[in-house]
Amino acid sequence: MRAMIVKEFRQLRRDRRTLAMMILMPILLLVILGYAASFDVSTVPTVVAGPQAATVADALPKPFRLAGSYPAASASAASAWAHDELRDGHAAVAIVTGTPAPVVLIDGSQLFTAQAAERALATLRGGTAGAAGGVAAGGVSGSGSRVPAALAAAGVAGASVQVLYNPQLKTSDIMVPGLAGVILVFVGTVITSLGVVRERQAGTLEQLAVMPLRPADVFLGKIVPYFAVAVADLAIVLAIGVAVFGVPFRGSAAIFGLGALLFVFVTLGLGVLISSVSQTQGQAIQLAVMTLLPQVLLSGLIFPLSSIVAGVRWIAYLLPLTYFTEIARGVMLRAEPIGSLWPPFVYLALLGVAVATLATLRFRATLAPGSAR
Amino acid sequence: MTAQWGADEITVRFGGRTALDRVSVSVSAGQVTMVVGGDGAGKSTLLRCVAGALAPATGTVHRPGAERVGYLPPAGGVYDDLSVEENLRFRSAVFKTPATVARRRAGEYLERTGLAAARDRLAGQLSGGMRRKLGVVAALLPGPDLLVLDEATTGVDPVSRADLWWLVTRAAADGAAVLMSTTYFDEASRASRVLVLDAGRALAAGSPAEITAAVPGTIVAVPERPADEDERRRAWRRAGAWRIWQPDGASPAPGRPHGERVPPDLQDAVCVAELRRELADA
Repeated sequence: MRAMIVKEFRQLRRDRRTLAMMILMPILLLVILGYAASFDVSTVPTVVAGPQAATVADALPKPFRLAGSYPAASASAASAWAHDELRDGHAAVAIVTGTPAPVVLIDGSQLFTAQAAERALATLRGGTAGAAGGVAAGGVSGSGSRVPAALAAAGVAGASVQVLYNPQLKTSDIMVPGLAGVILVFVGTVITSLGVVRERQAGTLEQLAVMPLRPADVFLGKIVPYFAVAVADLAIVLAIGVAVFGVPFRGSAAIFGLGALLFVFVTLGLGVLISSVSQTQGQAIQLAVMTLLPQVLLSGLIFPLSSIVAGVRWIAYLLPLTYFTEIARGVMLRAEPIGSLWPPFVYLALLGVAVATLATLRFRATLAPGSAR
Repeated sequence: MTAQWGADEITVRFGGRTALDRVSVSVSAGQVTMVVGGDGAGKSTLLRCVAGALAPATGTVHRPGAERVGYLPPAGGVYDDLSVEENLRFRSAVFKTPATVARRRAGEYLERTGLAAARDRLAGQLSGGMRRKLGVVAALLPGPDLLVLDEATTGVDPVSRADLWWLVTRAAADGAAVLMSTTYFDEASRASRVLVLDAGRALAAGSPAEITAAVPGTIVAVPERPADEDERRRAWRRAGAWRIWQPDGASPAPGRPHGERVPPDLQDAVCVAELRRELADA
């Protein structure tokens, strides 16, 4: 046994990349994810509409943060605007003032933010009642009581609350669209990452290198079969999500499909890129898992993006799952149109171009008659 | 004009180690050129350069376009999880070999090499010799102008070696320039030209007859290992006896039987070339 242990240590010492990943990556991941792992919602982006929008906007207490206001005189116009703002993801809460009675709309597709909004509203109602009594008694002063009093004057205290898109705040409704993305990352990145390195280890990469194939031929040839499998996977996952978990699909299948195709392309390209920089299948799997874990934890799938510390949050904007989750939830739960979803589409497309370019360049370096390797 | 492919004064370095030091080789259409040498001589590195899998640090490689090069890498170059038939289909598709031509060639080569019955078997389930034969068949399938085979016959049984030689000579007869590496001197003796490599340097080049004719000094066969230290350094064991190389002007060690003078063959020529290099480096 001692000989076996010594042998393993020697092999491990020579595999510097694995050793580095075993020691440095957990530390890095712990630090990054430690800052990310938070369900605390400190701000609730809120829009205000209707004739008293300005009054309410000025009086919004924490955690509500004004994200826009629309002082429409018409109740129907104000309501339509507020619904659009929530549907397009510009806010998590919309307060519609005016007749017949103010309404507070909450976007249930942003689960933790919606829960935080509900808690804050409940507190606010209690505070409003007390403050209103104080105002009536004429003896309350100070900033703490003026805010609820202003809201009370606008009738917010008695407003009805409607949770849109996910009225029962079901976890499955918000998780399944994102989980479809996680499954695609697994199929796309983790499994595809073995593609090139397997050729390297089997000795067929050298054969490919001398064949009349362009790097782009090899890159696309590698990902197309997995692309088909990933698309089939996605269809199955969605069908199960809708049929078994009752997750709604309210939006356009075409918009969702376009987003999914872009996302699959990026994840497959990432897998091929990982494979092209790995020497062994073990290294490829480790690297792929290292990209999977941050995507699960930093993409907004589990923890709200707004809860992630700003110093770490920027990583989320480099991850394709962040944009796919935004598209999937937007289309499936809120029937969000392409007009408001273009930013994640553009970012996914940019990521796709970057990943495909890097992977092709790596192929060019690997397949072209390079220097000694 | 006969097409000439090969390498001209190429040098390859792996880190600080020189794997090839200004080595040249020429390969003519319709001829077989063999690269011989021991382990680490640089045979595979040279063939990789000529095939296009590796770029030399200096020197020039002459080869046709990738679509006209057939290459058998040391690992075999076939996919274990594809069947024999599927491997050949992939190869002909990549090289855009017309389907009828590919079918005809595949049928003929597989039949001749005894692989026809294994068409549907996965390459990973074939014996080592069968996999090598499949690798050579796949390299030959597009009808290359330059065929580069790295140790095609290593570890292959005599019958399979004969099959492989049929493929090689057939390719040369069809006009391909064939560059092969081998550790078998009987194979090298059948080549049109031979390049002897040792520790990354070319020790000799020419036809087998030219190489053996150029061996300096004499070679004697003796039954026992020579006792003299100097002669021991110039002796090698062969066929149950010992052979000693005596440079021009050298005398047998005192007391040693004169032995039987033997005409050098290619193996002797390579041994002498390596000994001369070692003695020169010492």
